[in-house]
This record gives sequence, C-alpha cells and structure tokens, in this order.
Amino acid sequence: MLIKQSSDIKENEVTDQQDYLSRRAFIKASIAQGLGASLLGLGVTESAQALSKDKEYTLEGDEVTSYKDITTYNNFYEFGTGKGDPAKNAHHLPTSPWSIVVEGECEKAGRYSLEDILKPHDSEDRIYRFRCVEGWSMVIPWQGFPLSDLIKRFQPTSKAKYVRFETLHDPEYMSGQRRPILDWPYVEGLRMDEAMHPLAILATGLYGKTLPNQNGAPLRLVVPWKYGFKNIKSIAKISFVEEQPVSAWTKSIPEEYGFYSNVNPTVAHPRWSQKRERRIGDFFKRDTLMFNGYADQVASLYSGMDLTKHF
Amino acid sequence: MKIAEPYFSKIIKPSIFIMALLPVFYLVWGMFSGVLGANPIETVIRDLGEWALRFLLITLSISPLRRLTGMAQLLRLRRMLGLYVFFYASLHLSIYLWLEQSFDWWEIWLDIVERPFITIGMLSFILLIPLAVTSTRAAIRKLGKNWLRLHQLVYPIAIFVVLHFWWLIKVDTREPLIYALILTLLLSERLIRRYAR
Repeated sequence: MLIKQSSDIKENEVTDQQDYLSRRAFIKASIAQGLGASLLGLGVTESAQALSKDKEYTLEGDEVTSYKDITTYNNFYEFGTGKGDPAKNAHHLPTSPWSIVVEGECEKAGRYSLEDILKPHDSEDRIYRFRCVEGWSMVIPWQGFPLSDLIKRFQPTSKAKYVRFETLHDPEYMSGQRRPILDWPYVEGLRMDEAMHPLAILATGLYGKTLPNQNGAPLRLVVPWKYGFKNIKSIAKISFVEEQPVSAWTKSIPEEYGFYSNVNPTVAHPRWSQKRERRIGDFFKRDTLMFNGYADQVASLYSGMDLTKHF
Repeated sequence: MKIAEPYFSKIIKPSIFIMALLPVFYLVWGMFSGVLGANPIETVIRDLGEWALRFLLITLSISPLRRLTGMAQLLRLRRMLGLYVFFYASLHLSIYLWLEQSFDWWEIWLDIVERPFITIGMLSFILLIPLAVTSTRAAIRKLGKNWLRLHQLVYPIAIFVVLHFWWLIKVDTREPLIYALILTLLLSERLIRRYAR
C-alpha cells in the first residue's frame, strides 16, 4: 500500500490523468515481465503492494473518475451550494499556515501546526469509491494516511467514545458561511471503532497532487463506506468526546440525515431511493452496493444494529 | 399597440416558436460538447423541468401583460406557449423515466407513492394532459363554457410544480423561492381583480 511520495517533485511536474493511469499500467507491465526490483529498485516492491491493496479496495468495472470531474463537481457549501461554486470560490482560502486544535478526552490536547500533524506519516495511495447521498458517485485516487495513526498519537483516554471533527469557520474566505444554510461550522463525527478502521484516512492529495481547496485542503476525512457528506473537509478541530456528536446535516434535517450515514441501498433517503447511483461519466445508473462495496471490511462494525433506525 | 399583419403571424410568432426550442438545442449540443459539467444527465433533467416551469409562468403572464399593455395580439401566443409547457414537461418526465429509472416500472411506482416531490410532479403532469389535449380549436368550440372551467386547472398545476421543485432542494431554497414569488404575484393579481369587481 505504501507508495512514498518523493517530496522533491514540484506540483506542475506531476501528471495528468492519462499519465497517472499509464504509470499504473507501466508498473503492472513491468511486474508482469519480471523486470521488478532489479530495474526499478525498492519502489516497485512498494508499488506492487499498493497494487494488491488497490485491487482489494477496487471493484471490477471501477474506472477512476477524471481529475477534472473530481475537482469541478463538488458539494462544499462553505463555498456555495452549486456544484461548480467550490471550484470557482475556494482558491481564495489560505491553507498555509494551517493549524488544527485537538481537544477533549486525550492526553495530548493542544494546537498543532499542519506540518506537525503530517510529519510522522507516510503518504499512501488509496483508490476509493465515493458515493454522495444525492445519488451520484466517483472513484477517486487519494493520497493520505490512516486516521487511526493520527488518533493514536493524541492518546485518547477510555472516555473517548467518539471523534468529532470541525471544518474551519471563516466567513471572510468561506462566503457560503455568510448565509445560515447550515449551522456553521460544519461538524462531523465517527464512533471510535469507525475512526480506527484501516479504511478511514485523512487525505492530503488526489491524483498525486496537493489536494485542491474545493476538495477540502489542506486535510480532509475520507470514509469510503459512508455517504460523501461524512467526509468532512478543511479540518480545523478534532475533539475526543464521550457523547455522540451531532453532525451538521443531522442538526439541519434530522429525519433525513443520521449519525451513521452508511451507504445502504436498502434504506431510502426520505425524498429519494438509494438503490442506484449514477457514476460520474456513465450514462445509466448502476446498483448501489451495501457499505459502498466495503461490506467485507466494515459490516462487522454494525453487527446487531438496526440500520434502518441508525441510518 | 398592435403589430401589423402579416408581420405578427409570419415573423413574430414563428420567431418565438423557434426561440422556445433553443433550450432543447442547447441541451442536446451540451450532452456531446461537455459544457454541462460532470453530471450532464442531472443537468438535462433539471433544466428541462425548469424550462417547463418558466414557460408555465410566461404563459400565466400573458393575460396580465395584455391588460397592462392593451396588446390583444399577445393572447394569440398563449396556446403555443402553453403547449411548450407540456413539451418541456414531457421531455423532463421521459428522461426521468429513461435515464433515472431505466423504465423500471416498479421502482417508478414506489417513487410516486413514497416521495411527495415525485407524487406532486407526476400529478402536475397528469393534470397537464387534458389541457394539452383540449387546446385545439375544435375542442375549444365543443367544450364551450366548460373549456374555461377546465383550463382553470393551470392554477393548481402551477402551485404543484413550484412545490415539486421546492421539495427537491436540500437546504438552499433561493431558486424555487424566486419562482414562488413570481407565481404569487401572478396569482394575487388575479385574485385582486376577482374580488375588486
């Protein structure tokens, strides 16, 4: 799984979608031909691991969505409610310097600079399906690191039952926050065992490039078995709490958006079915999979729970 | 004010007829050129529905505009504009049935009975059908006074269509609000006239 990103590559030297994908094809081809380690050094063994991991997480028929679509079709109401608004408005937001407040039931509370947060973690590639509650989906090649690795560093106490996340609140740059569409700042949360699950990551990039602001720079949550709105963007605060946090959307419309928000084709949104989804780029819809296709990995987290009640 | 014949029948009316088709040309072209963004089908369905609503409001403004300007010729555009409401609503519904639901009739039925915004949208369409069917000269003659009564249906339809849009939105209701305000204006003008008499 571990493709280390060499940090000396400048952003503009990196790859459009075609190159990104053919890189994979190239690695695959070289492995197939047994060129392997002798030609490409250590990198290949690591990449081979990445490939096998990708394979585990990627379904047959899943094609990676284009960089353009991923970065121009966004729900990020802090920058406007139109899908194109974030790409238009988000670049004003300064993401450096950036700090994250860590508080609550943990030993290492405090304010951390983004650099301190990121320093000890190796960047990994994860190609994940992304399913929006509105009924569309993408396949996104993220770079990031396991959320669990970060959580361990803060040493949560036994009272920490949930992790609560908060997006930056800055109406000057986040023009959407000037209107009370949601109760700003945006809040999301995970149960501790969900947060510690190896599929849950914090993303810092996609397509091998620094995460664009409209996708939640500098640091966002990615929990691929949950609806998109759980994947909180531009995180400014992480709290360890005993009580279940109230998510921004739950607070706004509790009968439509619950705490868990697991992708579930058998539980309809009150206003539309969740059985099917339109993969961006496709003409027809496809069936939505239980836990967005990650049931093997995550279903055990919810055994015994009534998912129609805990939606 | 009056536009001289044959300019009105030969130029003005045909021009409006063609202009009213421009959104369809744009959407068809957009499907292939990529200007509709990452989710073109969603855009097409939304836009077709919104054009149906716009033509409905335009149709409803004909009478007040005529009263305002005294231009009786406007009434000669009303049937055409009304039929465009039906035209766009039909396209909107067809694309929903095809690309949203793949003609899965059981799913469509569930959608209609379980989701109020679909229920009211479908109801609006069904109510539009008799209006479109009775838009011919022969039907108007045959129905006489009842024709007027039947076509009063356009008022509840307009309210239903605005609700159909409103109930679809997650939280930012500015857009349907604008349509609701225009409709309120058009309906209250009629109410005021009725009770002022």
